[in-house]
Amino acid sequence: MYTPKKEQFHTFEETEHGVFGLFDTPAQIIDAAQKTKDKGYTNFDCFTPYPVHGLDDAMGLPRSGLPWVTFFMGIFGCTVGFSMQYLTHKYDWPINISGKSFNAWFAYIPITFEFTVFMAGLSTAAALFFLAKLPRTGRKVLHPDITTDKFALWIPSNSANYSEGSVTDFIKGLGSKHVETVK
Amino acid sequence: MPNAIKEALDIQPLVTGGKSVRDVTEDILKPVEAFPTSLWWKAFLLALTITVIDLGIIGYLVYEGLYILGINNPVGWGFFIVNFVFWIGIGHAGTLISAVLYLFRQEWRTGINRAAEAMTIFAVLTAASTLIIHIGRPWMGFWLFPYPNERGPLWVNFRSPLIWDTFAVSTYLSISLVFWYIGLIPDIAAVRDRATTPLRRKVYDILSFGWVGSNKAWSHLETVAMILAALSTPLVLSVHTIVSFDFAVSIVPGWHTTIFPPYFVAGAIFSGFAMVVTLMVIAREVFQLKDYITMKHLENMNKVIMVTGLIVGLAYSTEFFMAWYSGNEYEGFTFVNRAFGPYGWAYFIMFSCNVFAPQVFWSKKLRNSIPVMFIVSIIVNIGMWFERFVIVMTLHADFLPSSWDKYIPTVYDFMMLLGTFGIFFTMFLLFCRLLPVIAIAEVKTVMPHKDGGHH
Repeated sequence: MYTPKKEQFHTFEETEHGVFGLFDTPAQIIDAAQKTKDKGYTNFDCFTPYPVHGLDDAMGLPRSGLPWVTFFMGIFGCTVGFSMQYLTHKYDWPINISGKSFNAWFAYIPITFEFTVFMAGLSTAAALFFLAKLPRTGRKVLHPDITTDKFALWIPSNSANYSEGSVTDFIKGLGSKHVETVK
Repeated sequence: MPNAIKEALDIQPLVTGGKSVRDVTEDILKPVEAFPTSLWWKAFLLALTITVIDLGIIGYLVYEGLYILGINNPVGWGFFIVNFVFWIGIGHAGTLISAVLYLFRQEWRTGINRAAEAMTIFAVLTAASTLIIHIGRPWMGFWLFPYPNERGPLWVNFRSPLIWDTFAVSTYLSISLVFWYIGLIPDIAAVRDRATTPLRRKVYDILSFGWVGSNKAWSHLETVAMILAALSTPLVLSVHTIVSFDFAVSIVPGWHTTIFPPYFVAGAIFSGFAMVVTLMVIAREVFQLKDYITMKHLENMNKVIMVTGLIVGLAYSTEFFMAWYSGNEYEGFTFVNRAFGPYGWAYFIMFSCNVFAPQVFWSKKLRNSIPVMFIVSIIVNIGMWFERFVIVMTLHADFLPSSWDKYIPTVYDFMMLLGTFGIFFTMFLLFCRLLPVIAIAEVKTVMPHKDGGHH
């Protein structure tokens, strides 16, 4: 059976120091990420202007665990939504309308549905904010072109086997024309 | 793929003009980064003036009371519910484009989804404003929500369609807003990274929540986009279904029909897509985005308009048929009265605008003609406004002839109708000026990349 794993809720450590290299195409960054993983560097990240499919696998990221949040919060919303209506109309404020049942549950379906969607959707978005560490303004932007058309490979100083010289050479060897050390 | 095969399959590029990835950012951010053109200012000042006048009239309405409107005893809602259903319907196309087409992997949606979603949010806000004003004491609007209160066990009636509406519309608004904004975050970060002044950089940094494009964040963001699309798809259908329940749950002849939910949803898609066409035709011209909002986008939307127009036409005919076939004399009278009674002119406008006008799109030439589609989109919106008007006017003659009364809108009704357009366009024009109107990151993913990076 499929069960949620901790790695699926991958977040990242903010790292201030390290080396990054810029690449021009999605194919290059996928290749670079794959080689970085194979080389044994850890905590590394890729910065891209748009989602690059295939990069998750290359980086060794498991698929996101956020659907679990949606699932459980959806069940929670459904339960709360239905109970809210049932308890108020059956116990807290029963009103007899043309002899209909106090528990007229057909009439509760629309609100139950809406509340399910509401809780599931907003909690998933909140979980995204939590895992992606948003909002946090004033983050260091490695290079202004990363949000336009460049792809960056970032190996931080807390990576395994990190040494500035070897990492710089490694990224240059991957074909990056612009390699920069951030201190 | 070789060009010959592309031509044979009629595959047109989604971005024309041989643009590079960098050009996409530059072109789309041009209106955000440059000083607004005089055309934008004129449009904005016009919309703002209408909004300000509208706000004045709302103040007067609250001060004087609802009697200055044309509403009377049989027709208790009048223009306000017409405007409400109209604007909620407009909103639906945005979610359809962003969610349903996303799930169906329709890549052509990327050029138009951002603006369409913004349209959704502004339309829903406009719709909600009409309801809040119409309760007469807007400051009591929070009574619509269940909240623990000091007046004993006093709760809203969850069995009332109007409370279903409250939940449906507020859920719809919040989910659409989150969906829209999550897509915007990476694009706002692009604006920030190109900012030339510290203030601008700071403002867009705050708006982008500090997004830097980390792939660890992207992988979660893409998942959330998918989940929200999957949640929005039934949501959008439920919202207009519930709006139709406002009518269908009653026992009024002409309203108490099971066709209402699908018929309302189709009508909403129909009018919403027409509004998207109206806005996109203008936006691509004004902001020079013809390479991103291509003829293919517009043509596809016209096809949707034509199909939903046919569904709406079928619904009108089915209603008429069932009124006769059911043998219910009240139902039968209602429909004869709709078509030939005092509001027959409105029925005629509705029918010809919604059923006949979109049929011109059978011709590929007309489907690809900007002036034709612009005029048809406006005709469709007029027709759809009248559709809601016709439905609401059903009330003027129901079971008892002694309680029949005609509804005559006053000048304030018309001003409020105009005002909703002012509010909507003010918000939309501000959006066009301050945020990227096209989803930059998403457009980039559907562009062909030279070296196998195509997704």
